[in-house]
Amino acid sequence: MSEKNIYLEMNNIKKSFGDLQVLKDISLKVHEGEVLSIIGPSGSGKSTLLRIATMLETMDSGSIKYMDEEACTSKNGEMHYAKPHELREIKKNFGLVFQSFNLFPHRTVIHNLTDAPIHVQKRNKDEVLSEAKALLLKMGLSDKEDYYPSQLSGGQQQRVAIARALALKPKVLFFDEPTSALDPELTGEVLKVIKALAEEKMTMVIVTHEMSFAKNISDRIIFMDKGVIAVEGTPDDVFNSNNSRMNEFLGKLSHE
Amino acid sequence: MNFVTMLEQISSGMLKTILIFFLTLLFSLPLGWIIAFGRMSKNKILSGITGFFISVLRGTPLMLQLVVVFYGPYFLFKWSITNWRFPAIIVGFSINYAAYFAEIYRSGISAIPVGQYEAAHILGYTKIQTFFKIILPQVVRIILPAVTNEVITLVKDTSLAFTLSYMEMFTITKQIASAQTTFMPFAIAGLFYYIFNLLISFIMRRLEKRLNYY
Ligand SMILES: Nc1ncnc2c1ncn2[C@@H]1O[C@H](COP(=O)(O)OP(=O)(O)O)[C@@H](O)[C@H]1O
Ligand SMILES: [Mg+2]
Repeated sequence: MSEKNIYLEMNNIKKSFGDLQVLKDISLKVHEGEVLSIIGPSGSGKSTLLRIATMLETMDSGSIKYMDEEACTSKNGEMHYAKPHELREIKKNFGLVFQSFNLFPHRTVIHNLTDAPIHVQKRNKDEVLSEAKALLLKMGLSDKEDYYPSQLSGGQQQRVAIARALALKPKVLFFDEPTSALDPELTGEVLKVIKALAEEKMTMVIVTHEMSFAKNISDRIIFMDKGVIAVEGTPDDVFNSNNSRMNEFLGKLSHE
Repeated sequence: MNFVTMLEQISSGMLKTILIFFLTLLFSLPLGWIIAFGRMSKNKILSGITGFFISVLRGTPLMLQLVVVFYGPYFLFKWSITNWRFPAIIVGFSINYAAYFAEIYRSGISAIPVGQYEAAHILGYTKIQTFFKIILPQVVRIILPAVTNEVITLVKDTSLAFTLSYMEMFTITKQIASAQTTFMPFAIAGLFYYIFNLLISFIMRRLEKRLNYY
């Protein structure tokens, strides 16, 4: 793995909300083509970590690099960010799929996919449109092009959200519990799509509660607990670890 | 005075009433956005001042505000206000309605989930693109019923221009009624306001339906 390009590097990330220290010195790397899953009890800081990686949230100290370009770093206790135009370029490297989809309700499925490539990336309309149609085909949603999000099931909406993120051709795609808002019978269709992306060697960082899924598709798994990475390694390493918190976490899950 | 002359005179007032109505909307609808942004500003001083301004405009009678706007320049600066009557009415109405619209806009914006901003941000939309492409279209749909209410109130409120003796329909109607000692002008005026509002409601309902596409 180490000979592959490093797409994302986060070092010594610290974050507090008031008195609550949510991330305590977290460092991680994501390599090209790698699927990294992040698991852990709720409140352990997984979403905060993703929100910091995608720059929706600021951090107190630490640094983030995408494709070896520094987005931000802390020096002498102060955060330094790349210049706005550099940040804009750096942000093109990643996409994010939210737990709550966050599709644009007033735009049809196809417009949800094509608007940003056309109006943000200023790409050729016809090209964007045909790529978007291909993405919908891949998501099994070809017949839903002209639907509004509210006319779709949760599973369909999440697949549109994944397609929308992919339409911008990100290098790294983040998922924050992509199936947590779905009825159990709808999670399968979304997980299947993510699995297909993993098989195409899409670089992904996935926060999930679906343990067998994580075990199945991940190259590496991080188990977070109380703001630290408690266990990290291959799925086998992590699930066979004798870390007491990890076992407690798995034990709780199997009793649910 | 025969019925036709009466109708003619009232009609000339009607045009002025309609003019007040449209000019007020023309200025207050956009001005409301500026006030709403001031109110929502992260700058505490700006949002505080705007909040106070809104509460005064909503907490005092429009009639009083019209009088202040009309006579204010004279009392404060000894300016001549002979040509100021009609502009004063438009300014008074516009500022007052802008304050109401601002609060409507603000509540509409706060109804948009933060996830919409975050999704737009991740997709690379600029702040301006996010507002115009993502937020505003959703806000418009949310606020339309409340805006409709204000617009209907405005039709009736135009009659307050009589406070400044402006010859819009209601002022004329009152004059004819007292000069001729007849109730007829009031019936005509009432009918006009009623039909005008029916028309407005009809148009706004059509608009609401159009916007109910999702
Ligand atoms: N914006 C915020 N303000 C205050 N506290 C927050 C905020 N976001 C998250 N937290 C707190 O940080 C902790 C970690 O939250 P989160 O990262 O969402 O955990 P997870 O995704 O692992 O469930 C929780 O205790 C949560 O209440
Ligand atoms: Mg979370």
